[in-house]
Amino acid sequence: MALPAGEQVAPRECDRNGTAMAAVGGGVSIRKVSKVYDPEGARVVALYECSVEIAPGEFVALVGPSGCGKSTLLNILAGFDTLTSGEIYLNGKLLASVNRPLQPGPDRVVVFQHGALFPWKTVLENVMYGPLRQKAMTAEEAEKKAIDLLQRCGGLDRVATSYPTELSSGMQRRVEIIRALMNEPQVLLLDEPFRAMDTVSKTTMHQHLLEMYRMSRRTIVFITHDLEEAIYLADTAIVMTTRPGTVKKTLAVNLPRPRIPEMMSSREYLDLKRQAAEGVHEEARKAFERGEREQA
Amino acid sequence: MNAADKDMREAMAVSGLKRRRTRVARWLGGINWRGAVSVAGFFLLWELLVRTKAPGFEAIPTLSNALEVFWNKYLTSARYWQAWAVSFERVAYGFVVSQMLGIPLGLLMGTRRKFHDLMFPVIEILRPIPPLAWVPISILFWPTNEMSIVFITFIGAFFIIVINVHDGVRSIKKEHLWLAMSLGATPMRIFRQIILPSVIPSIAVGMTLGIAVTWNVVIAAEMIASDVGLGRLTWEGYVSNTATVVLIGMISIGLAGYLSTKLVDWVEKRMMPWRK
Repeated sequence: MALPAGEQVAPRECDRNGTAMAAVGGGVSIRKVSKVYDPEGARVVALYECSVEIAPGEFVALVGPSGCGKSTLLNILAGFDTLTSGEIYLNGKLLASVNRPLQPGPDRVVVFQHGALFPWKTVLENVMYGPLRQKAMTAEEAEKKAIDLLQRCGGLDRVATSYPTELSSGMQRRVEIIRALMNEPQVLLLDEPFRAMDTVSKTTMHQHLLEMYRMSRRTIVFITHDLEEAIYLADTAIVMTTRPGTVKKTLAVNLPRPRIPEMMSSREYLDLKRQAAEGVHEEARKAFERGEREQA
Repeated sequence: MNAADKDMREAMAVSGLKRRRTRVARWLGGINWRGAVSVAGFFLLWELLVRTKAPGFEAIPTLSNALEVFWNKYLTSARYWQAWAVSFERVAYGFVVSQMLGIPLGLLMGTRRKFHDLMFPVIEILRPIPPLAWVPISILFWPTNEMSIVFITFIGAFFIIVINVHDGVRSIKKEHLWLAMSLGATPMRIFRQIILPSVIPSIAVGMTLGIAVTWNVVIAAEMIASDVGLGRLTWEGYVSNTATVVLIGMISIGLAGYLSTKLVDWVEKRMMPWRK
């Protein structure tokens, strides 16, 4: 994919042989985005002047307590929700602003928290759905690519003809990420995809995701409330404040790739965690207290 | 034949025997023994209460009595089987028409805001009226009794399917719609490939509830306004003071309801291959 002039490729990633690889994902520029929900006159400021710069191919994690507006930001980015002020650019092109109609598209595909595979379609049909709808591939091409991707992601081609409910939640989530990757998106948007999983499955899923990231070279925006997960996976971890959501702290994670679980006990990792923890805990406390107040 | 070979053959013979035995065991194990005992107990108690002339049971025939009459007079009676056919036909017409009109109406109300606002109040006013309350009006309205019975049967299943489909559309996961939009589906495709399959489980629930109500309604309607059908047969048994016929009618209705429920289940399973 050709990148527009002015956007620079961040070749910080190396593959296993140490050769630099160019990113194929898009650069995202979120500029002073605010979102106010106004049901029956009760103004709820979900996001306030939120600005984030994401380089092409970068893995960015947005960390914050529940209700901090990170999902709202993701939905705006995906084109499912409007914004109240500010702009979002993708590869230097205006994507969202106040008076622009919503534009969901295959260049920004979301993987949702609770999973959204179509239960009435088989794994293969789910994965092939995007390219077929966009008429980007013939059925044969789509099937070939789908089987290939499924096979490379831990042998999921074995379950190609199964229905999603017959799969474990970890497999479902992997299939969902593959369904998104089939569209060769500029940005992959992951909304707390491993939230409901136990620690062991989560660790396995992290390795799968890192591998898919290495293979696909797409820009990833990963939402989580889990700070450790954010640092372990991302190039940049962005700590968000609680409502109104805005950027509190940006951490550059300079851990080398490929990431391995042993890194979680390295000095660099622990240092980063310490730096970020303060901000996250403060926000979590605020969110908690507000919750208590609202309940009272 | 050497010794090892012989051993193996013997072992195979034994395992074959074992397999046959386990198959029988599995079949026996699959029977609900508690249920079988309670059904047998029920018929036994019934027989006993009638034979000892317990209070209230003086005019009630025993099951064996009813079966005897059935065997001698009804099994080969054309009129009895005609009653089955006529009732089934009424249920089939009423049920199928209610689904054919109710499913599209529910889909329209669920997907089109304006249509919902227009139609929903009317539905909500008519829905609580029990189907049997429609009997007099439908006899006045429809030219033949047959049509009014089918219409009342239709009413029984119609509102149920409309409400179920309507609720089904409203509870479609927004993530599914969003994703389909992201992946480039046109509105027509979203309707066919996301909304319709999402609603199928609700259609199935509406059908299951509907078929049960349909049998309730058709039997009552036949007692009021018909001279054939299983409901009529039961009623005639009562009027002519032959309780065995009442029992034959009741058991036949139970069986007919069971058979049509099974048929609907079968259709539903084929509608949702992803639900096992």
